[in-house]
This record gives sequence, C-alpha cells and structure tokens, in this order.
Amino acid sequence: MSIQYYIFFCLTLFSIGVVGVLTRRNAIIVFMCIELMLNAVNLLLVAFSKMYNGMSMQNGAVSMAGIDAQIFVFFIMVVAAAEVSIGLAIIVMMYRNTHSIDVNFLNRLKN
Amino acid sequence: MNAIIVSTLLGVIMMFCSWGIKSNQVQKNIALIGLLILIVANVAQLNGWLVINYDTKGMLKFNQFGLYTNTLLFALTFIYVWINGEEISKLSNTPADFYSLFFFILCGVSVLTSFDNLLMLFIGIEILSIPLYILTGADKKNMFSNEAALKYFLMGSFSTGILLLGITFIYGATGTFLMADPVVNKVTGMAQEQVMLSAGLILLFAAMNFKVSAAPFHFWTPDVYDGAPTVFTSFMATIAKAAAFVAFINVFGSQYKALAYSWTILLTFVILATLLVGNIIAVFQRSVKRMLAYSSIAQAGFMLFALYGKTDITNEAILLYAVVYSIATIGIFAVLIKMKENSFESFNGLSKAHPLLAFVTTVFLFSLAGIPLTGGFFAKYYMLSALVKAGAGLWLVMVAVVFAAISIYYYFKIVQAMYFATGESALGALPKNYAYKLLALAILLLVLGVFPNLLLNYLYF
Repeated sequence: MSIQYYIFFCLTLFSIGVVGVLTRRNAIIVFMCIELMLNAVNLLLVAFSKMYNGMSMQNGAVSMAGIDAQIFVFFIMVVAAAEVSIGLAIIVMMYRNTHSIDVNFLNRLKN
Repeated sequence: MNAIIVSTLLGVIMMFCSWGIKSNQVQKNIALIGLLILIVANVAQLNGWLVINYDTKGMLKFNQFGLYTNTLLFALTFIYVWINGEEISKLSNTPADFYSLFFFILCGVSVLTSFDNLLMLFIGIEILSIPLYILTGADKKNMFSNEAALKYFLMGSFSTGILLLGITFIYGATGTFLMADPVVNKVTGMAQEQVMLSAGLILLFAAMNFKVSAAPFHFWTPDVYDGAPTVFTSFMATIAKAAAFVAFINVFGSQYKALAYSWTILLTFVILATLLVGNIIAVFQRSVKRMLAYSSIAQAGFMLFALYGKTDITNEAILLYAVVYSIATIGIFAVLIKMKENSFESFNGLSKAHPLLAFVTTVFLFSLAGIPLTGGFFAKYYMLSALVKAGAGLWLVMVAVVFAAISIYYYFKIVQAMYFATGESALGALPKNYAYKLLALAILLLVLGVFPNLLLNYLYF
C-alpha cells in the first residue's frame, strides 16, 4: 500500500485530535484528544519506518534502515505516560478545589 | 555528559532528603552544595574529565558553547536558590521536592544544550517542561495556581504533539533524525521530499516558538506567569526560557538551510509580532507581575534575533543576553515577592522606606530596558550587531530600537513610583541580608555593563 494512505490517515487522526482540543470543554476529553495526536504521530512514524525498511530491502540485503523511527515511538509512549501521570494529578488537584473539570472555569486569570 | 548524569543523581538524592532532614535551611544548603558539585562536574568535562566515557552514537555532541551555557545556567540556578530559598520553603513542608525538580530541569537543560538528534531534542524539551508543570501548580490550595498549571499543561502537551508531527515529517523527508542537513535522503539516496520537509520544519518552528513564548504562540505566557507562584515564575522566565532558546538556535541556527530565503520572512514576521505584542500590551498592564510576563515576551523577541543567521558573534550575543536578562529578572522578581501585592502602587515611596532596595530595583529595570552602564545595554548591542552581520535589513534594527524605547516607558513606571510618587510602600518583612544579596546581583549587572568580555572570554578558552 502506498505511503500516501498512511499520511492522510494519520493527518486525519491528528486533525481530529486538534479539533477536539480546541472545541471540547471537559479537561479529561481535551487530554484524550492530545493523546490521540501523539498516537497519530506514532502511527505515522511506524509507517515511515516500514517504508524505509522496505525500500532498502529491495535488493535482497537484510537492512536495519528505518529502525530508529520505531525506537522513537517507544520514547513517545514513555513520555506520554509520564505526562498522563502529571496531567491527571493536576486535574485531580483542580477538581478538589473547584468540584469541576470544565475548562471554561479557566478564566479567572484573565482579569 | 557529566552534567546529565550528575544532575539526575542529585535530583534523586534531593528527593530522599525531604525524608530524613526536616530543617528547611539544611535542605536549601544541600541544594546549593549540589549545584556547586554540578558546576564543578560540568567544568571538569570542559577539561576532558568524564564520569563515564560513553559513546552516544552521535545523539549528543558536546562543544565549548553548550558546556559553557550549562555552566552559566547552573550558576544562575545557584544564584536563584541562594536568594529565593526561604520563599520556596514557604510553599511546602518539604521544599526538597522542589529542589529535586530543579535538578531534573537542569538535566533537561544539559540535554538541550548538547543534542545532535531530534530524538534528544524531544526528550530534552519534555524533561524541561514536565517538572515546570508541577512547579506551576505547586501552590495546591490556590485556585490561580491550579488554573495556571492546567492551562500550561494542556497547552504544553498540545505543542508537544505539534513538535512530534514536525519531527515525523522531517524524518519522512530526510530519512534520519540526525540534524546534519543531508541533501539527499539518507535511506533511499534520492532527492528529499521538499514539501514534506518544509511542512515539518514549519511545525517544528511553531512548537519551538511556543516553548520560548514568541508571538503568535505566546497566549499561555501571561496567564501562566501570573498564576504560578512568583518564585517559580522567576525560574520559568529565566533559566527554562534561556535553555529553550539555546535549543531553538541549535536546531535552526546552524542546521536546516533548506528554508533559506523563506525562513527569514517567517522569522521576521514572528519577531515583529513578538516585539509588538509584548511591548504594546505590557504598557497597559496594571499588575507588575503581568507586566513582567509581557516584558518577558518582548525580551524573547530580542533573543529571536540570534536565529537570523549564524555569524561569529551570535553565540556571544545570545549568551550575554540570556545571562543579563536572567540576572535582572531574578532580581526584579525577588523584589516583587516581598511586596504584599502586585500592583504598581505597591512600589510607591519605596525609596524612602528602603533606599537600598529601591536602588537595586532601579538597576534591574535599567538593565531590562537596556540603559548604558548596565549589562542590558551590551546585551542589546551585541544582539543588534549580530543581526546586522547576519545580513538583516537596517529597518529591522530600527524597529527593534523603537520597541526598546517603548519598553522604557513601562519599566520606568516602577522607577517613577519608587522615587517620585508619595505613599506607603507595601513592602513586607525582609529577611536579614536580603537587600545585600540583591545588591550583589546589581553589582554583577553593572560590572557586566562595563566589561561584558569577562563573561564572553570563557567562550573561547
């Protein structure tokens, strides 16, 4: 399958994430949309990795090309996990004070 | 290498300090000693001594500039903790936690000054920002602090997503995460996919702009700087920002000539927007803390000049600017912390209540505004001459100078309140020696204002 399909698919996923971040009001859902963005990137990295690997294997030799993108994916997953732990802690801290996780509450600093 | 390993170890040690050691003063002293050890370890690497000699396979590249930046930023953190230690202790029963977060941030700083691979850029940015989210929300019972933390966190992870998409596109076009700017695709040997490369670079540019709070990606800055506890705002606006700038210059300054011509148009737009937004909105602020947040955006506009092109004095300019700006900002925030409120009126008549404090505040503000005899003047001068040498139009220099003149207006509103307005200043109780510590900072600024080479000579030896 051509790489274009993967690029369009991942960009669609990424855009769904971006739109979700910009329009949703629930902090947890906003957060899920950010995770969706990261996962779209993961998928695209794996697709590129596979593409490069396939390209360099055409002449029969076993190749390590493209393997670094898959390693990158693992790093993204680890960092995303670290971010989740911090993010949920912040959301819980906010819920304890305001009894709401509505992002619309975040306007007291404006004035 | 030394700095990365030692700062991580010190962070872990600091974490366990809150366990056995109850005295805040002792915890602060341990942090200060740790920072000294960190500086020594980093300087030792400059002289060829390594804790572990490990082959990083080209992921990290250590050069004089990066290591010297490390040293300076560690020294700035030392000054910061030395002055603000008592204030940090007030925020928690176990301030050692915050000190350990500082060490983790410094680990991120040392990754950001030495990375040579986009993977390390990503890791460094995350190590730098995740502790900052925690520090922003450190005041757990305070709604403003909560709000700032959530906002910073959501915006920060959003920009991380953008950064990652940019890196992925660059990988898709070049076939490598190394920053060596290959003309052909590393894997296929064919020409690069130009559209994808440009898209990736623009996304990366946007994400880095977000991290250094340049317009039009600055919108989180005022709210976060305003809501976060003032001590940590001071840290965010100085050391963390300087490190993000060094990373920005690492990525774009010397690498990726692909964008060449269109790149300067994009950058010029961002610089002008940043200077405009920062300076103009700062004029209308009524809270000093918020004014300083906007002024930090405006100063970021000046620091962006270092990206315009790589000349022989770009490194000098960005280092001098980062250090001088950080010293002045740490100083002015240290004065602001001791005020009972953040308004301009709280500075009224400070020159009568505490002449020494009023004098040092004036020096900090003069330096931020770039008045001669303070470090800020030479910082701005070096930055502008780097800009001219890089081949930018003279009109850009003139615009920059005009905006620097506008910045004098809002900085001098504080000076005016201190010396000419009548009234009771809202100065809280000062710890012993506090004003003298700030005086030392002010003297440092004045010395740098006369002999900037004292700082810059070490860049070459």
